Amino acid sequence: MTKHVVDTSRRKMLTTSASVVGAVGAAVTLWPFVSTMGPSARALAAGAPVEIDVSKLEPGQKIQVEWRRKPVWIIRRSDDMIASLDATEDRLRDPDSTAPEMQPAFAQNKTRSLKPEFLVLVGICTHLGCSPTFRPEIAPEDMGPDWVGGFYCPCHGSRFDLSGRVYKNVPANNNLEVPPHQYLSDKVLLIGVNAEEGAA
Amino acid sequence: MSKEKQGILGWVDERLPVVEFWEAHLSKYYAPRNFNFWYFFGSLALLILVMQILTGIFLTMHYKPDAELAFASVEYIMRDVNWGWLIRYMHSTGASAFFVVVYMHMLRGLMYGSFKQPRELIWLFGVLIYVCLMAEAFMGYLLPWGQMSYWGAQVIVNLFGTIPVIGDQLALFIRGDYVVSDATLNRFFALHVIAVPIVLLGLVVAHIAALHTVGSNNPDGVEIKKNKGADGIPLDGIPFHPYYTVKDIVGVVVFLFLFSIVVFYFPEMNGYFLEHANFEPANPLATPEHIAPVWYFTPFYTVLRAIPNPFGGVVAMGAAVMILFFLPWIDKNKVKSIRYRSVLYKVNLAVFLVAFVWLGYLGMQGVTPMRSEMALRMSELYFLFFVVLGVYSTNRSAFYYIKWFVIIIGIISAYDVYRSNAEIAALVWQTWLVPVAFLVVALLGAAFTNLDQDKTVPERVTE
Amino acid sequence: MKLLSRLIVSAIVLSASTSFAAGGNGPAFHVNIDMDNRASLQRGATLFVNRCLSCHSAEFSRYNRVADDLGIPQAVMEENMIFTGRKFGQTMTVAMTTENATEWFGAPPPDLSVKARARGADWIYSFLKGYYVSEDSPRGVDNLMLPGTAMPHVLWDLQGYQALKAIDHQDEHADSGHFATPASPFELVQEGKMTAVEYDRAMTDLVNYLVYMAEPAQLKRKSVGVGVLFFLAAFGVIAYFLKKEYWKDIH
Repeated sequence: MTKHVVDTSRRKMLTTSASVVGAVGAAVTLWPFVSTMGPSARALAAGAPVEIDVSKLEPGQKIQVEWRRKPVWIIRRSDDMIASLDATEDRLRDPDSTAPEMQPAFAQNKTRSLKPEFLVLVGICTHLGCSPTFRPEIAPEDMGPDWVGGFYCPCHGSRFDLSGRVYKNVPANNNLEVPPHQYLSDKVLLIGVNAEEGAA
Repeated sequence: MSKEKQGILGWVDERLPVVEFWEAHLSKYYAPRNFNFWYFFGSLALLILVMQILTGIFLTMHYKPDAELAFASVEYIMRDVNWGWLIRYMHSTGASAFFVVVYMHMLRGLMYGSFKQPRELIWLFGVLIYVCLMAEAFMGYLLPWGQMSYWGAQVIVNLFGTIPVIGDQLALFIRGDYVVSDATLNRFFALHVIAVPIVLLGLVVAHIAALHTVGSNNPDGVEIKKNKGADGIPLDGIPFHPYYTVKDIVGVVVFLFLFSIVVFYFPEMNGYFLEHANFEPANPLATPEHIAPVWYFTPFYTVLRAIPNPFGGVVAMGAAVMILFFLPWIDKNKVKSIRYRSVLYKVNLAVFLVAFVWLGYLGMQGVTPMRSEMALRMSELYFLFFVVLGVYSTNRSAFYYIKWFVIIIGIISAYDVYRSNAEIAALVWQTWLVPVAFLVVALLGAAFTNLDQDKTVPERVTE
Repeated sequence: MKLLSRLIVSAIVLSASTSFAAGGNGPAFHVNIDMDNRASLQRGATLFVNRCLSCHSAEFSRYNRVADDLGIPQAVMEENMIFTGRKFGQTMTVAMTTENATEWFGAPPPDLSVKARARGADWIYSFLKGYYVSEDSPRGVDNLMLPGTAMPHVLWDLQGYQALKAIDHQDEHADSGHFATPASPFELVQEGKMTAVEYDRAMTDLVNYLVYMAEPAQLKRKSVGVGVLFFLAAFGVIAYFLKKEYWKDIH
């Protein structure tokens, strides 16, 4: 090898710039690979908002639709049902719905809804994910004399009132989730998008 | 051997000889100083292997290996998966790029005698890699489940059916069914994604390990280990790192530039990389007019078609690949590099390359009588390359060359007489001149001129 | 670079005369595809959903993707271009069931999502222009590109009806696979709503759209490619100088 004076600073500069530019290139190349793992157009389409017409719902009736593969309940509450929400307050863990992730801002109220008449809930127990049963009857034998109506999860016994608010001393810690939703008209609900926002 | 290292490196090195490994294979692996353009393709092949595995993994996250779902899942990747189209094109272009690079890599081996002693084992591993690569590409091509996927697989698996005695059972076993079907697709998927890649990786490790044991060849075919300095380092050797790492980076960038041009602007390459017929979903009831394999298989496909008898064609095609294994024992000439071989040797290699390319071209075309004839003649030239290589292994007398001339022409002519009939007789005897002309130059030229004389090989490499 | 790439492509094209056709003839007419012509793509999309989607599905193409790529607002598309009860994010499925299709046509009309990649733009363009009246055929029409096709001349109201000119050497043109000389093999026997020029323009739009739909990513891949090539060129320069610097030791 012919010997000559090595310009180490030049070498260092070139090596550093090659390394930096190369690293940037590698990162930019890796990005598309990683993003292929994000939700595809098909997944997003399947998760698209769901429109329901609730005009035919009777007071006290519950219907179920599917949104993002989750069961979503719409319950039309009677006046008695709405009145019963006061009776349960002292037995609830979070009566004022202070946990922000469980409902949109407009549902941080006693009825946990935009319109007191209609309750929209994700029908998944916040304990370990079973689907609770709808128990609107007053004081049935298996629920005890103090039961004024609500939801009961058969897996581990969690109880929720007619706004989906969780009772104290049950396995579940959170109120049932209220999904993002809005009213397109008086009797047409859109599950999945809050008003004045993009899709959830 | 290595002195005490500090810190994390020291901790690891006490438990796993990483420093020793680094030195043996990179910073103190001495490679010849005179590597040229032809020496880029090994590292490029490794790059492409890694890239195919990477893109393959991400494709497998979305692809469905089910006959009902496969075609749709590929379109799902192309349209609905974020950046799916890019991963798919990288993988399809990468497959073709792999063969371009591997063919160039093999050509380097041919030109510089890199298969000769003591590098025979490297060559054997390499041919095994090539065969595995062909299997991998063949199975991968079934996965999109297009018309060409389906019918190409059907034709090739039926070839196994031509083997006497065991053929039908073998074809049934490969397919898992009486025709190419969902069963075939699923098992090809398993083999393509797991089995063959693992084998390929193992073979590549063996290939490089064998290389590093004996040291790299070079364009002059001079063994650099024969001239070492007082420190035991070959005088014509330079450490692979940093000199060849830095040079290979440039090679990689140039390759990626050309690769990107294809991926982003010509992903179909006019139907050569992504065949048009493959955008029709597989239909077992409708055979396409032309069933052509992908371009990198076409030379061997032509050899297959050149022999009318089905099993004969299979044997010929197999022989065309298998003969590569025997190369180190066919060409025993001590002069390694084309730079110092005779004029006639160069003619022989040139004719071989022309024949190989022509075979490839013919494999893409439909069959006509003239093309069939030329297919046979080019196949003959392909095999004659190896025969002539063997003859040129040492300097012989004129008689020796003439003897072989007579024998080979005799065999070729005998086959021509056997297969000729009224329809093709004219074509047969016209094209008979092709191998004859070649052998006149290669063998009689050797007998009657001194164009068969090799040159003197220098002691040290030239720049 | 463009000239070089054109040279490379034409060398490849000339060196191997593989044709698209599986039965029938080579393309009779040539169409100029222009992916940058958004208006043309929109017109083609409209023609497609109105005239083709009732029988042919495009089950890999999503409405919202088309809207996004072609610059069509969601409301406009939902009102004017979605007739089959599908939602904006869903794929373009067909109204006709497979049973009905088989009963009426013998086989379900093929899905058109990737047809332009399978057959090629010229072939489809020639097919759309290639209907002519024929007494031998059950439907009264036949097609130059796909003789005996079960597909009726859906766009008869636009093009009108043509007949094959009774000229001998027109056969040579059809078989050779070359593009027809400016003299068409057809003559008009019944006028449609569009003139020949208008119809050609509409068919160009439709084929343009089909080529887009066969590979929506093509609108993006070229621009991404520019960025990649620029980066590689820049990195290549640095890598080259790095190599040269170290190799001063050797030379």
